[in-house]
Amino acid sequence: MSRLRPVLLGIAGIAVLIAAWELYKHLGPTDGVVLGAVEGERGSGLRVLPRTHDRAMPHVWDMLTRLLGSSSGAQTAPMWQAVLLAALTTLGIAAVGWALGLVVGAALALVMQRWRLAEWGILPWVVVSQTVPLIAFAPIISSLGAQANNSGAPWPPWMSAAVVASYLAFFPIAIGVLRGLNAPDRIHVELMRTYAAGYWPTLVKLRLPASVPFLLPALRLGAANAVIGAVVAEVSIGMQGGLGRMLIQLASQGSSDPAKPWSPIFGAVVLGLVAAGSVGLLGLFLARYRRGEVTS
Amino acid sequence: MTQPSSPAVHASGVSKTFVTRTGEVHALDTVDLEVAPGEFVSLIGPSGCGKSTLLRLVADLEQPTTGTLEVFGKPAATARLDQDYGIAFQQAGLLPWRTVEANIALPLELHGHAPAARTARIAELVALVGLEDFTGAYPDQLSGGMQQRVAIARALAAGPRLLLMDEPFGALDEMTRERMQTELARIAVETGAAVVFVTHSIPEAVFLSDRVVVMSPRPGRITTILDVPFGTGREESLREAPEFFERVTAVREALHGTPVTRAAER
Repeated sequence: MSRLRPVLLGIAGIAVLIAAWELYKHLGPTDGVVLGAVEGERGSGLRVLPRTHDRAMPHVWDMLTRLLGSSSGAQTAPMWQAVLLAALTTLGIAAVGWALGLVVGAALALVMQRWRLAEWGILPWVVVSQTVPLIAFAPIISSLGAQANNSGAPWPPWMSAAVVASYLAFFPIAIGVLRGLNAPDRIHVELMRTYAAGYWPTLVKLRLPASVPFLLPALRLGAANAVIGAVVAEVSIGMQGGLGRMLIQLASQGSSDPAKPWSPIFGAVVLGLVAAGSVGLLGLFLARYRRGEVTS
Repeated sequence: MTQPSSPAVHASGVSKTFVTRTGEVHALDTVDLEVAPGEFVSLIGPSGCGKSTLLRLVADLEQPTTGTLEVFGKPAATARLDQDYGIAFQQAGLLPWRTVEANIALPLELHGHAPAARTARIAELVALVGLEDFTGAYPDQLSGGMQQRVAIARALAAGPRLLLMDEPFGALDEMTRERMQTELARIAVETGAAVVFVTHSIPEAVFLSDRVVVMSPRPGRITTILDVPFGTGREESLREAPEFFERVTAVREALHGTPVTRAAER
């Protein structure tokens, strides 16, 4: 029962979401609710409730049936296959971005932990880096990549997308690892000092193992950020083949086939779950380092 | 090199001043103390008398402001680098991701002992503290007393000739505490190590020590040093002996500075 509980709760959560969607679609006004609209002026006023007609809010079962339908025309592969293919492409980019973010983030954290001066110098920039809009940043990376490609170094567009993904992923990892490396109790640090253990032994035997409980949530956040980064990068650098491009393309077809854009959205949700789940799997292997604190 | 004759601890004119935001705190004021090899010495006194500070100076976790401090005839820093002492704190401070065995192995790993020699040594230490059945357990599966045993075994791992203990039984209940004291008395005899033992408890100090060093606060200094001539191999029965109570009274009077009025004389 205790093992089944999370599964049942998860299913119940999804059921509640579907019920809420369908209930509002059934009960809500067809054209939604707009406050302060000026007569005859399109787009005026403040929309407080969305429209409920089939173009704006397709039925959940229509979205799901659409996944089984063809991707573009009678003889083409079913929609879910196209979504799966795109999702795998994006997952690959996100994974590369995540790994890159892990390396950069962990390296920054190690440097910041080692030298207090480095922390003062680097940490503000790490925080500021996340305020740069990705939409502005991605094309720059893309054009740099294109230049590199033209001058001989092979740099396909997916690598630019991975760099953008890593730009989002490294941030939580750097912060999490830094906190983790500083997590050991004073008594443990002093103990290592009494053993005359230098920086490296202390790092390997104490700081790294102690950082695991902080590392795992950071890696999960990093994975989620890498997925977002990969999707946004695909859109803003116009890369073909991934989920991001598919989302944009199908959204423009929304009025003729309103259930269709939901297919890549489901794909993106599954993608996020797979990314977070993989990190969870990693946590199982590191379970030893996540034991409760010593009680005494 | 260490001469066999050099004392385990030799402090002369040691003072320690901490500079804080609100001013200077004189934690220790011109302390002179000598601990012979194999001798068990307790430091006792009210909070803030600098007994823990003195221990931390010996361990080279702090440096004295003035005076000299030698461990086995060499500066405290050299003694730390040479691993001449083992240390145990009030908290066991075990690494939660390591088993009992692996926790005890930590100092041996750090000093590059060969795995085979390590295994033999760990078996010895585990038997010494009576934890044979718990070698594979993690710290969160152990009681406070058992964790403290592991910490003591870890402190003894490298075979030090000096054991520094900062209220190691302070967080234990009274019954566990007395059992641990009896075991420590036995372990100290078996290993032949000198012990510097910080405590708040008068009976604990008297039961364990060859000498009790009484300290007073602000500034921390040594007021009296009392001999406890009960010899080695102390048994539980000592706790009920009249001469034990006589020594307890002597330490209490030294702590309070005046003879304590006995209940019957009131």
